[in-house]
Amino acid sequence: MKWLLVLVIIVCNTCGDLLDAFGMRQHGHVRDFHPSALRRLLRSLAHNRYVIGGIVFMAIAFFALLSLLSIAPLSFAIPATAGSYILETILAKFVLKEDIHWQRWLGAFLVAGGVAMLSLR
Amino acid sequence: MFFVRALTLAVIALNVSGNFFLDLGMRSEGEIVSFSPLDYLKVFGNFWIILGVCLLAGWLVCQLSLLSWADLTYVLPVTSASYILLAVLGVVSLKEHVSAAHWGGIGLIVLGVIVVGRTRPRTAPGDHDEVP
Repeated sequence: MKWLLVLVIIVCNTCGDLLDAFGMRQHGHVRDFHPSALRRLLRSLAHNRYVIGGIVFMAIAFFALLSLLSIAPLSFAIPATAGSYILETILAKFVLKEDIHWQRWLGAFLVAGGVAMLSLR
Repeated sequence: MFFVRALTLAVIALNVSGNFFLDLGMRSEGEIVSFSPLDYLKVFGNFWIILGVCLLAGWLVCQLSLLSWADLTYVLPVTSASYILLAVLGVVSLKEHVSAAHWGGIGLIVLGVIVVGRTRPRTAPGDHDEVP
């Protein structure tokens, strides 16, 4: 059951991150963190369908994480859910058109390798 | 660049503290594996879970702000630095066992963070502003 929850979390995190990244690129830079500016930001994001879609996927991932935390320790749960690094790097290149040079690939593989080692008992 | 680094640190700190308090709260709630949202709503009476959720809401705002300045392939590896803090918190406060393989994995993640942290945060098209 815990690996099924890990799969749900990976898929939903990937979709959520891609939609959020696309939505925030459309939104433009966030420069101001005063309370009134944050209220304006939240109102603006509430009308951004990509960010809303991303948050829905992240909410599903969050509830799956709650389930996972109830049956597995934190040191398994959090790292195991990060297996999406390579998938997100590939999708960021083709969907978000990011310029992914060798340092980014190396970084993604190092983090994914580290995550795989974290899953070892 | 300072702004991006400050946002990155905020994302890491809020992610680690939010997940830590969430784990602390879930330990006192017992197993929950259900497709019904009602089963999950019951745990929101727990102070530690409410605190964890509030911190993770702050994390979401900071993460979205960081994504407005930097690529997804920059943000994800760099903010994975939170794993090393989570492992340390797990050992110190929750008495979880962290094996040699775990520490090796954490070392690889740290290397990945360093390699990606040295790249330009934004490469995607359609962004003409300079990163401060």
